[in-house]
Amino acid sequence: MSNRLSGNEAVAYAMKQMNPDVMGAFPITPSTEIPEYFAQYVADGEVNTEYVTVESEHSSMSVCIAAQAAGARTVSATSSCGLALMYELLYVAASCRLPITLACVNRALSGPININNDHSDSMGARDTGWVQIYAENNQEAYDNFLMAMPIGETPSVRLPVMTCMDGFITSHAVENIELLETDAVRKFIGEYNPENYLLKKENPLAVGPYDVSAYYMEHKVQEAEAMKAAKARILEVAAEFEKISGRSYGLFEEYRMEDAELALVLIGSSAGTAKAAVDKLREDGVKAGLVKIRVFRPFPGKELAQALANTRAVAVMDKSEGFSANGGPLFAETRSALYDLKERPYLIDIVYGLGGRDVKTEDIEKVFGRLADIAVTGEIGPVYTHMGQRSKEDIA
Amino acid sequence: MKKVFQKPESLTDAKNHYCPGCSHGLIHRLIAECMDEMNIREKTIGICPVGCSVLAYDYFNCDMLEAAHGRAPAIATAIKRLLPDRFLFTYQGDGDLASIGMAEIVHASARGEKITVIFVNNTLYGMTGGQMAPTTLLGQVTTTSPYGRKAENEGYPMKMAELLSSNEGSAYICRTAVNNPANINRTKRAIKKAFQVQEKGLGFSMVEILSACPTNWGLNPLDAMKWIEDNMVPYYPLGEFKVKEEQ
Ligand SMILES: Cc1ncc(C[n+]2csc(CCOP(=O)(O)OP(=O)(O)O)c2C)c(N)n1
Ligand code: SF4
Repeated sequence: MSNRLSGNEAVAYAMKQMNPDVMGAFPITPSTEIPEYFAQYVADGEVNTEYVTVESEHSSMSVCIAAQAAGARTVSATSSCGLALMYELLYVAASCRLPITLACVNRALSGPININNDHSDSMGARDTGWVQIYAENNQEAYDNFLMAMPIGETPSVRLPVMTCMDGFITSHAVENIELLETDAVRKFIGEYNPENYLLKKENPLAVGPYDVSAYYMEHKVQEAEAMKAAKARILEVAAEFEKISGRSYGLFEEYRMEDAELALVLIGSSAGTAKAAVDKLREDGVKAGLVKIRVFRPFPGKELAQALANTRAVAVMDKSEGFSANGGPLFAETRSALYDLKERPYLIDIVYGLGGRDVKTEDIEKVFGRLADIAVTGEIGPVYTHMGQRSKEDIA
Repeated sequence: MKKVFQKPESLTDAKNHYCPGCSHGLIHRLIAECMDEMNIREKTIGICPVGCSVLAYDYFNCDMLEAAHGRAPAIATAIKRLLPDRFLFTYQGDGDLASIGMAEIVHASARGEKITVIFVNNTLYGMTGGQMAPTTLLGQVTTTSPYGRKAENEGYPMKMAELLSSNEGSAYICRTAVNNPANINRTKRAIKKAFQVQEKGLGFSMVEILSACPTNWGLNPLDAMKWIEDNMVPYYPLGEFKVKEEQ
């Protein structure tokens, strides 16, 4: 069934179809509409969800943790400072191995306070032990959310999953998207039957207890193994999803990469802009391509290295400034992934789009122009630059 | 010709962004008039909240500092302790103060911080589009309580003036409204008294102001004023709840 929905409504609708047991709700722009739509579903009796309006995101994530520990399926939605305020609990959720599903609508972090899109919020949470899946558009936001539970709930994984979409660009833009029938969704996500949960009288349980040095590290290793196992599971779930939807997903999307010599690696809605630029350059005979990262945690390092192995110059585009003085987070991951290649492409990092700074096809073409020069001359120039800002000379 | 009326010096010339009939602009003005009349503008530092009044630093003609959502009392505490001869006020909505910032406000009051809190209670989260707040009245429709707030699910509206007046550290706690000229004048007197309490170093002071958000209430500005009278005042009684006298 086809429908015109904003990204937020699409995710709220996915939540309705999944009918979670509990939602922890606290509003923050631009994710606010998700709990709002959901409040209406609850009030109209369209879902059986216990909808808990709390006083902050610290509490909404606490609600999810407690309910999930009691064997319930839980969801929440947030953005920016809201995600930051959850930070302490994000680690708790992951280390307690509670497969909560969170919609993160990406927005810049304070300060300065800003409500527009970049990836600084979820990138700040990249090492919390959550699976992170990013959407390019409304359809992907909907699909990714539907796939999150079957990924997170698998016994070999049992990790919380954060699905991300770009604030306003995706969350508020209305697009035609394909929705699944609710029966198909329910069948796809199945029942949630965790092995252990609170209040199971044959097996009393302490969740989140103090862990001494003699055990802590083993638990962290288990968590790390779970994140590794998530990779295969993500692909399995994508294959099952394709059967019911006809839409196929991988760890990342390769766009015109078969014979690409110059390539971009980026995340989220800018992929649409980049695809248009790639098409244009291809018409001019430039062998341009794009890798759009879908799954950032677990990071598909090996697979990405393969995808980029035959390119000559690559620009990683980071929509967050990591303040590492060494490039953004996507750059760090990509450069590390390429290390094992015998012959590596030239690699630069371009931080762009912070706090809603627009990126246009011409901007992307400029980046390809720089890559073409690098491929010919072998001169990289500055490895890590910022695009579209006025305070310094702009080197793409 | 004798000048009978002028814009307070403590307000800038910036045009404000508030909706028609919103109480924020009016309350800004009352604070600014008090600052002018007490001649404290150059000694005053205001703390902005996150909420519809997030841009208040554009409107007050004094130093302003932006706090994270709900944290204004902690910020004001630090500045006041560092610069005890300055006037510190926080400007906070009910979401900012009574929801996410509940811990900060209660502790600032319990510690008797010598700051003044201007608490704008419009019963919901205005900026994010009118969701239920801890101050939302029973039965009130918001975007997260589409058929009205129910006590069984969401509990009862919080009476912050009453709650904070039970703290020893609170020196002046008052609730007013801005729904008619008499109440507006009372509000101004309360703000001035709160500043005076701060000047005398008596402790924490707060004026809770029952305010209108016509946009999210779905009312025109006039009906919103009436709504304050008919719905808010019966649940949130006006008056002084704590007045600590000089020893
Ligand atoms: C940590 C965090 N969570 C959520 C938000 C989103 N947010 C911005 S303003 C606001 C509510 C403001 O309501 P209120 O304080 O009543 O002020 P009003 O807008 O009604 O004047 C919320 C929840 C935020 N900025 N930071
Ligand atoms: S939404 Fe409400 S509180 Fe915000 S400016 Fe408009 S009327 Fe005022």
